[in-house]
Amino acid sequence: MSIDNSIVRKVGKLAKIKIKESEENKLLDELNNILGWVDELKKVDTEGVEPMLSVFNESMNMREDKSDSKFSNNLITKNSPEKKAGFFVVPKVVE
Amino acid sequence: MSFFIEGDTGKWEVVLGLEVHAQIKSNSKLFSTASTEWGGDPNTHVELVDCGMPGALPVINEFCVNQAILTGLSINAKINEKSIFDRKNYFYPDLPQGYQISQFEFPIVGNGFLMIQTKEGEKRIGITRLHLEQDAGKSIHDQDIKNTLIDLNRSGCALMEIVSEPDLRSPEEAALYVKKLRSILRCIGSCDGNMEKGNLRADVNVSVRKPDSEMGTRCEIKNVNSIKFIQKAIEYEARRQVEIIESGKKIIQETRLFDPNKGETRSMRGKEESHDYRYFPDPDLPPLIISKEKIEELKRSLPELPDEKKSRFISEYSLTDYDAEVLTDDQYVSDFFEEVVKNRDSKLVVSWISVELFSYLKKNSIELSESKITSKKIAGLLDYIISGKISNRQAKELFEPYLKSNLEAKDFIEKMGVEQVSDEGEVEGLINRVLQENPKMVEDYKNGKDKLFGFFVGQVMKESKGKANPQVVNKILKDKLT
Amino acid sequence: MTDFSAIDITEAKKLLSQKQITATELTEFFIKQIEEKKELNCFITNTFDIALKMAKESDEKIQKGSDLGILEGIPIGMKDLFCTDGVKTTAGSKMLENFVPFYESTVSQNLWKNGAIMLGKTNMDEFAMGSANTTSFFGNVLNPIRSDDQKDLVPGGSSGGSAAAVASGQCFAATGSDTGGSIRQPASFCGLVGFKPTYGRCSRFGMVAFASSLDQAGPITKTVSDAALMLQSMCSYDDKDSTSSKKLIPNFSDYKKFDLKGKKIGLPNEYIIEGLNEEIKKKFDQCINIFKDCGAELIDITLPHTNYALPTYYIIAPAEASANLARYDGVRYGLRENSENLDDLYQTTRASGFGDEVKRRLIIGTYVLSAGYYDAYYLKALKVRQLISNDFKNAFEKCDLILTPTTPNVAFPIGEKQNDPLEMYLNDVLTVPASLAGLPAISVSAGNNNNNLPIGMQIIGRPFEEISVLAAGSAIELSKV
Repeated sequence: MSIDNSIVRKVGKLAKIKIKESEENKLLDELNNILGWVDELKKVDTEGVEPMLSVFNESMNMREDKSDSKFSNNLITKNSPEKKAGFFVVPKVVE
Repeated sequence: MSFFIEGDTGKWEVVLGLEVHAQIKSNSKLFSTASTEWGGDPNTHVELVDCGMPGALPVINEFCVNQAILTGLSINAKINEKSIFDRKNYFYPDLPQGYQISQFEFPIVGNGFLMIQTKEGEKRIGITRLHLEQDAGKSIHDQDIKNTLIDLNRSGCALMEIVSEPDLRSPEEAALYVKKLRSILRCIGSCDGNMEKGNLRADVNVSVRKPDSEMGTRCEIKNVNSIKFIQKAIEYEARRQVEIIESGKKIIQETRLFDPNKGETRSMRGKEESHDYRYFPDPDLPPLIISKEKIEELKRSLPELPDEKKSRFISEYSLTDYDAEVLTDDQYVSDFFEEVVKNRDSKLVVSWISVELFSYLKKNSIELSESKITSKKIAGLLDYIISGKISNRQAKELFEPYLKSNLEAKDFIEKMGVEQVSDEGEVEGLINRVLQENPKMVEDYKNGKDKLFGFFVGQVMKESKGKANPQVVNKILKDKLT
Repeated sequence: MTDFSAIDITEAKKLLSQKQITATELTEFFIKQIEEKKELNCFITNTFDIALKMAKESDEKIQKGSDLGILEGIPIGMKDLFCTDGVKTTAGSKMLENFVPFYESTVSQNLWKNGAIMLGKTNMDEFAMGSANTTSFFGNVLNPIRSDDQKDLVPGGSSGGSAAAVASGQCFAATGSDTGGSIRQPASFCGLVGFKPTYGRCSRFGMVAFASSLDQAGPITKTVSDAALMLQSMCSYDDKDSTSSKKLIPNFSDYKKFDLKGKKIGLPNEYIIEGLNEEIKKKFDQCINIFKDCGAELIDITLPHTNYALPTYYIIAPAEASANLARYDGVRYGLRENSENLDDLYQTTRASGFGDEVKRRLIIGTYVLSAGYYDAYYLKALKVRQLISNDFKNAFEKCDLILTPTTPNVAFPIGEKQNDPLEMYLNDVLTVPASLAGLPAISVSAGNNNNNLPIGMQIIGRPFEEISVLAAGSAIELSKV
């Protein structure tokens, strides 16, 4: 399965990564190379095979319902590029 | 139910499905130990998972799992012994991980149903599924001109998403469904049902069609947070769709927002231009396995559910379907009723609670549980009626001031001086005086003017300033005049 | 100043307990080494003040002789993938250039509890995506080992800084993380021991995630004995990680008592791939003889889906990464390219904060999960992963351990394989299968090739049987091939 420029742009948008026009063709070639190579998997007969979600096969540990908020909003926002009165700040979002 | 929208081309049927999001009443969040407390300074109830810090990992809260199971059992649903958590991927500033942990293909609860009491009778509403997921944070758009502010206190709180089948056919049915679901959630304690705080909110799927024709294209109205708004949003949206179709255009499947101020729905353009959520199993979380034993154990711990209580009320107190539904809708109300009805006539108690008390609460826009009215207060007043010390009519007149006062029945009635005179001697004295003062009338009555009986009663009541027990007056007066 | 670069942790522990040296002396020595060997670019952040403070505490404890940890007074390097409270943690990315966690990863916490001393945060491929340490935003790392023709070589990756630091004597040992070979491959390129334990042994809490179903921490050390000590100090059951194993943690040093006599060593013919370096093949044959000499039985086994492991990995790992790295959006921490439009802010921040290889994988990962392609790629890969895992299960019914080379080639010069991502990916062809199956696997040095470059051999074991893996590694180590 090979992809074209429009798919690269669409996927770039989904992944929220701006792809410059100048980079687009190079990336497209690389992706097509990689995808052509992973297409090898089509040769494998997986009829009746369950997808393997995890190698971990112990039961999931469940937590007791105790609340414990260890962090102040100073710490939580400490690394934030923009903050205000304990909030994170982003450019205005129109809903 | 015969609800139709009258269009230019005839009747249109409304088809509704609801996705109710109920926040689980837990102390800590679904996958983190942060507090779920409402309010608080911004970003003070935030653990690493809730703000998507590098290296943060989710660990599930057992209480939330149990509440989902209990809720599933209460809506007659299948509990899935194996369910999977998935990542729903999209970018939004109040979604700190860049994905929401939710359940997609394998939810914790499968098919179920609940019953609603419409005016035409009971109706079964199918429930497709119930799954667990993380709530998002809060975007605040109106505190800063240029920016949106992000508070993650709510981020990661546990939600149950309960998806109905498209079985609802009117705004009223939708309201009844939400009320019923809310009463179940409250009864088992999995959600407080507070819609104002957003702890219970609904996405409403609306489509219209000509009766008996194929399903129309639906629009989803997101995040409606009151029962009244749900009804209004449906009414508006259904009418909008009819108008579009009748003008020859097509409905575009989309997400819409309800604006309660304008009473309108509008398209949510720009929220997510693409709806490719790329769900895949969350590799941080192994499958959730629930043993049969655990399901059985939880089943045994279930309290009496609203429908069970309703049946019991019908048989135990001889209530009508409707009264039983109204009284079992809310755990607080049903407990209240049961306290008042103890050793008292159920017919009298029902009419006082479901008519007088409820209309008072409605008039004052207050919930019974929020009011200071106690069952003892209502019972106290009813005892005066039962013993004949005051009349039903008197009680009705006094009801509102009584509820507003801080007095118990005895003190209030004394203060108002309204206690009924039922003492036969006292009443006889009054009657004797009235008869003596009106010898001519007595004569006429004895000669066949039966109508004058009412005149004598009126005079006695007047003489007693309305306090005489009319039944006693009638009885003695009859004796005297024959 | 005494030269401590020739001794290992096991020996240093002896000297410390005999009070012949102090932790402070050791720390000062390594600080000097780090400063002298800056050109190798092994560390992104030095934490010398913290190191000296920790050394002082260890010395006090050693003086008192109480509460001694397994690694009391041992200076190590910490891969910059592990979040360290108050110390910048970058994951080799511009995105996190200034990120200072306010929490500690469980693995690093365990090491500090066991008395280890943090010299600094080691360089790595950006978000652990790479096999040559050339994708780091902080520059590539040089392999301290040079070929006879004196070319600058890559140290391998993604734990390249850790491996180069240990190999050049800048620390006794260092932590690594292995998603598809990121511990074993650099250990192999630098002539060291690299050990990826069973998935679930080390907590992933506080470790910057690349591909959650594969990521597993482990040590890079000079000797097998050190690997046992490091792993002992790193792993624990952790209720902060839902995939942390509750299985009993053995005393890993008990590998010394493990007898290989009568054990069955499987030789998978699928691993003798086309393009496997001749000299590596020769070493592999020598190692077979070592095990024969130990009394082990060598048997041919088959892992029929081996060929598909790499493409499977390059679907699953990028898919998981595409979600794991979605949090780097310029909102709560990390780089932000400002814009008045939120979508633009996201797109430019992520375009500028991530390097080319990371972006390539995020695009691939997003693509294989997107509507219409999920079944053909992602779901298919999960099924093939099951088949690969089944291959191992079947093989381990016939044998106790599996012996393979670690890499198809030795360390290559910097700049090579840069233009073709696929060629770079092939580095991991022999290490990826064990990662997909979550199995414990070690790489130990089996001597050098004719050009004096180290060759690594890999031993893969059954889940949670780290001890037999260490024992087999030790057999190769002791034989001085």
